[in-house]
Amino acid sequence: MRGRVLVVDDDTALAEMLGIVLQGEGLETRFCADGDEALAAFRSTRPDVVLLDLMLPGTDGMEVCRQIRAESGVPIVMLTAKSDTVDVVLGLEAGADDYVVKPFKPKELVARVRARLRTAGDRPPETLRIGDLTIDVAGHSVRRDDRSLPLTPLEFELLVTLARKPWQAFTRELLLEQVWGYRHAADTRLVNVHVQRLRSKIERDPEHPEIVVTVRGVGYRAGPL
Amino acid sequence: MGRLLARWRASLQLRVVVLTTMLGLTVVVGVGSFLLDGIADGLVAERQEVALADAARGAQTAQQQFDAATTTSVAEVEQLAGDVVSSLEGAGPDRVRGVVLLRAADAPDTTASGQVVVRDVASEGLDAADVPMALRRAVVSSDVQQLQIVDLPDASGAPSLVVGSTVTLPRAGEYELYFVYSLASEEQTVSLVRTTFVGGGIALVLLVGAVAWVVARTVVEPVREAAGTAERLTGGHLDERMRVRGTDDLARLARAFNEMAAGMQQHIGQLEELSRVQRRFVSDVSHELRTPLTTIRMAGEVLHDAREGFDPASARSAELLLTQLERFDTLLSDLLEISRFDAGAAALEPDPQDVRVVVHRVVEFTSTLADRRGSQVVVAEPAGPCTAEVDARRIERVLRNLVGNAVEHGEARPIEVTVAADEHAVAVGVRDHGVGLEPQQLPRVFDRFWRADPARARTTGGSGLGLAIALEDTRLHGGWLEVWGRPGEGCHFVLTVPRVAGRSLRSSPLPVVPLGWREPVAALPAGPGREAGRDLAGDPS
Repeated sequence: MRGRVLVVDDDTALAEMLGIVLQGEGLETRFCADGDEALAAFRSTRPDVVLLDLMLPGTDGMEVCRQIRAESGVPIVMLTAKSDTVDVVLGLEAGADDYVVKPFKPKELVARVRARLRTAGDRPPETLRIGDLTIDVAGHSVRRDDRSLPLTPLEFELLVTLARKPWQAFTRELLLEQVWGYRHAADTRLVNVHVQRLRSKIERDPEHPEIVVTVRGVGYRAGPL
Repeated sequence: MGRLLARWRASLQLRVVVLTTMLGLTVVVGVGSFLLDGIADGLVAERQEVALADAARGAQTAQQQFDAATTTSVAEVEQLAGDVVSSLEGAGPDRVRGVVLLRAADAPDTTASGQVVVRDVASEGLDAADVPMALRRAVVSSDVQQLQIVDLPDASGAPSLVVGSTVTLPRAGEYELYFVYSLASEEQTVSLVRTTFVGGGIALVLLVGAVAWVVARTVVEPVREAAGTAERLTGGHLDERMRVRGTDDLARLARAFNEMAAGMQQHIGQLEELSRVQRRFVSDVSHELRTPLTTIRMAGEVLHDAREGFDPASARSAELLLTQLERFDTLLSDLLEISRFDAGAAALEPDPQDVRVVVHRVVEFTSTLADRRGSQVVVAEPAGPCTAEVDARRIERVLRNLVGNAVEHGEARPIEVTVAADEHAVAVGVRDHGVGLEPQQLPRVFDRFWRADPARARTTGGSGLGLAIALEDTRLHGGWLEVWGRPGEGCHFVLTVPRVAGRSLRSSPLPVVPLGWREPVAALPAGPGREAGRDLAGDPS
């Protein structure tokens, strides 16, 4: 699987090392060491995945994340030195799809990047209906009436996973496995934050969700039944 | 009654007012009675003097009238006696209530002396029975005037003063002459004075009470204000201050209090700043160290993966590099974790979790290590869910540590993991049958970088911070981490967490002392200060 990765990190040694590892996996890499230039680099390289360090000179990682998210649904994986609640949640809320905590193992990073690239693959034609939404799986689009709702690939994947089995309540762990590609239990906050983001885009009233419903004590389910 | 007593104990003001009023009442009653007695005595004494003089004058007048009379018949003498008595009464109706003329009690028999007997004469409303016999005897046996206060019924109910002396009637001989004076006006005066005293006394006591109330209030009010301010300060409102009025002692108290509060606020501010700086430092160090470590680690792995093409020395170096990097990684993470606890930056994210699920994850995670060490991990758990509001990540870390330690020190003997629950708490016990611990080692197991045997090989490469972090994680849950151990018999660690986050624990559903071991109860240290780090000495019974 070919893919282009944009590495936004000010630490040149780490960036070079990331390049060696990712290229070893057959991925194409581009680099940017400054937050202020990140958006321009993103526009010129059109990457399939962005690896973004949260602490950057100039514009900080959160802001870069917001800027990229404002114009693209490209998968963003944060590199963070802090696993503290606030930083991770802020990064996720800024639009990141996933994160890895330094110091990470190369395999861990490659697995994250691959998981994000996987969602961009081709699919057989399939149309799902959930609530008043129509999901064209192959065309990667969600419509309410005739209006298209823009979702990032991850949000789309999350919605499709839920919508395929509307009778099933998914635990956060199961969603982490199926949507994020984690084989072991990971941070369930990933699910919580992205469900909120998804709801804010597809629900008529995100405070009273009707499409992605919380199942108390279990997780989430696509509704209505 | 109980409430009154509580109120009495609680209110300084009430006590001051009540005590002052009671003291005032005692003084007023004492002084009042003393003065009233003095006044009454003085009034009666004066009245007696006047009465004695008046009676002497009256008796003299009467004697003169009797002496001057030339009567001979009994009827005439009786007439004379009646006239004299009437004239004596007339001396003043207000002053003299009545006059009584009686035949002397010891007068000789008429037949023997040839004297006549004149009937007793008395003013209206009086008769011979009104004069007490004691007085009569005194009058007869003495030549001077006699005086006594008697309770004669009178319109006002006041007592009377009776003065007696003797007179000689023509032909009839010795007679007793009594003057009865009413003490009504004195009684009235005393009564008036008493009323005045009682009224004045009540007013005085009330005044004293009111003064005490005002004074106590003046003193107690600032004290109450200080107490209230102190409570609010304790509650975290560090900007609270007392009002300073004037320059008196209370103002000094207020000023001193405010200075103390300001000092405290400054210190707390400094501590908060320090804590913030430390948190910031930890965060910075975290980032600064982790970035190069990430690069080194990745480089290490790349070299490790390529080691087959190296010469043996380089290949072994690549292996050593990677294992030691992993150890360094663990150590760094643990250090950063413990700094986060120290900085108070660790926050609990409780979520209802079936602890059994966490236990299974931990057992699965440690199975590789257990297999390598030849240990078998056996789980005993209740059939139903053991749900508690816990931070699963932290509880998992604690249990991984406990099970990991048990495997490491378990000497390849089975390790028993027990889950137990009651309505308040869920507990997980990890028991090994390995080398165990000396009693004096028990309190130290949670110390940072402490090792039971410094010479022991560090096979699993633990950081030495594992149990310290486990203790902090437990403390964050408001739980207990207890340990029991005996040399050669292994150890038993018990983690107990409350089912509802934030509740405090009273007991654990799983005793830390294993079945079959009886420990002296006195060895159970259970104080709030050691809530999350209880330990037990391991003496067999």
